[in-house]
Amino acid sequence: MLQIRCQNLSLGYDRIPVSEPVSFEVKEGDYLCIVGENGSGKTTLMKTLLHLMEPISGEILWGDGVTKNQIGYLPQQAETKKDFPATVWEIVTSGCVGRGKSGLFLGREDKLLARRQMERLEISHLEKKSYRTLSGGQQRRVLLARALCAAEKILLLDEPVAALDPHATEELYRTIEKLNRESGVTILMITHDLSAVSRYASSVLHMGDTPLFYPTLSKYLENRGVGGKEGTHE
Amino acid sequence: MSELFSRLALYFSYPFVWYALIVGVLISLCSALFGVVLVLKRFSFIGDGLSHVAFGAMAIAAVLNFTNELIFVMPVTVLCAVLLLKTGQRGKLKGDAAIAVVSVGALGLGYLVLDLGSASANVAGDVCGSLFGSFSILTLSETDLWVCVVLSAAVLIVFSLLYRRIFAVTFDEDFARAVGIRASLYNLLIAVITAVIIVLAMNLVGSLLISALIVFPALSAMRLCRSFRSVTLCSAWLAVLGSASGILISLLASTPVGPTIVAVELGMFLLFLLVKRK
Repeated sequence: MLQIRCQNLSLGYDRIPVSEPVSFEVKEGDYLCIVGENGSGKTTLMKTLLHLMEPISGEILWGDGVTKNQIGYLPQQAETKKDFPATVWEIVTSGCVGRGKSGLFLGREDKLLARRQMERLEISHLEKKSYRTLSGGQQRRVLLARALCAAEKILLLDEPVAALDPHATEELYRTIEKLNRESGVTILMITHDLSAVSRYASSVLHMGDTPLFYPTLSKYLENRGVGGKEGTHE
Repeated sequence: MSELFSRLALYFSYPFVWYALIVGVLISLCSALFGVVLVLKRFSFIGDGLSHVAFGAMAIAAVLNFTNELIFVMPVTVLCAVLLLKTGQRGKLKGDAAIAVVSVGALGLGYLVLDLGSASANVAGDVCGSLFGSFSILTLSETDLWVCVVLSAAVLIVFSLLYRRIFAVTFDEDFARAVGIRASLYNLLIAVITAVIIVLAMNLVGSLLISALIVFPALSAMRLCRSFRSVTLCSAWLAVLGSASGILISLLASTPVGPTIVAVELGMFLLFLLVKRK
């Protein structure tokens, strides 16, 4: 089932496009990796998909059961958040705030939803812990649980493993894979990690002056060569 | 000791002392609540800039002989809050530079206008009063009291009703926006309420010292507590405690009200700096 279709989407600031138009499709249960060098428009694409900015031209069509604001979003690790005084519970439940019926106060449904997502990501025992005392990997999981509270069908992950140690990286990849395989969550992941692309991706979008969309992983690997000689490792 | 109490009892037989205490506590309570948000959003300097704007506006109002200065000072400060927020987000001047320009500009022009146009014989004294707080907190009328009570109540109600949204926007603005919360609207609301608090607080501590009311309780609370809710509550308590004891001390020791409150809150903050962060 088609969830997102972008047709000739031109992205950029102040009406100056960052690249040629982008076209790609995302089906339910896909694991789309978005790769490309810094400045190639990955973040701009992400912001456009999240409705944080408008495309210059072209359009985004949303498929069955997905509407605006229904993408769960895992932002990049931000320095400013590192000493924010908030408990895991406060952060996870903040994902429920935008949900239609959820009004001014935390409802019973919200609490159930938050508990379920925390169990799913194995962070229930951290509920009362302070966010700033958690490890990098744990912080990522908390934000992932928040994203799932906001939207369960599609997750947009912006360099999720950046600044994580190898062990935490593996764990997080496994969690994401589990969400994708077992629960059918569609994953859109911006990444520089080309080994992860060849292990997990079902389709690949290569951003650059001329963005290229590969509907299957094998097509991408054929064109790029295994190991991603043309990519940048960072 | 008993002499101290009898002096206090005497002071509190005057209604204006009660007014000062109530207004002082309410204003610092509001500043402390929004202080948490401003500090965490890295907006503290907006508060500082706005207080200078309020001083400039006050000077103009004084020269133009407005009977009620609030009617002029409030809209001007609110307008500047909106403008500062907008330039901070996008614009030719970077946010912090814009704030520096506006705050120094307002301060300089304010004094200039007062010096040129004021009919008062003691311009320097007036200026000192509005910069560092005057004893005017002890000359509040019943109307002043009610204006302050109503506005503080409104601020408190808005804060508690929108608490969850304010948290979401403070913690992660992009995420909040992506899930459909109108973050720019909340930023605007935060800036406007900050402006209102600052104008109210000018009588209490003077425009140069307002930032202390906004920043100190929030920073102290962040040393002590680990959740957003407890930081907010703790900040509110510390502010109430600090301003009440500051006012009492200033009455007994005949020190200026504003600087005394600031000194008490600074003392608390330094004390909590020694406490290991949770």
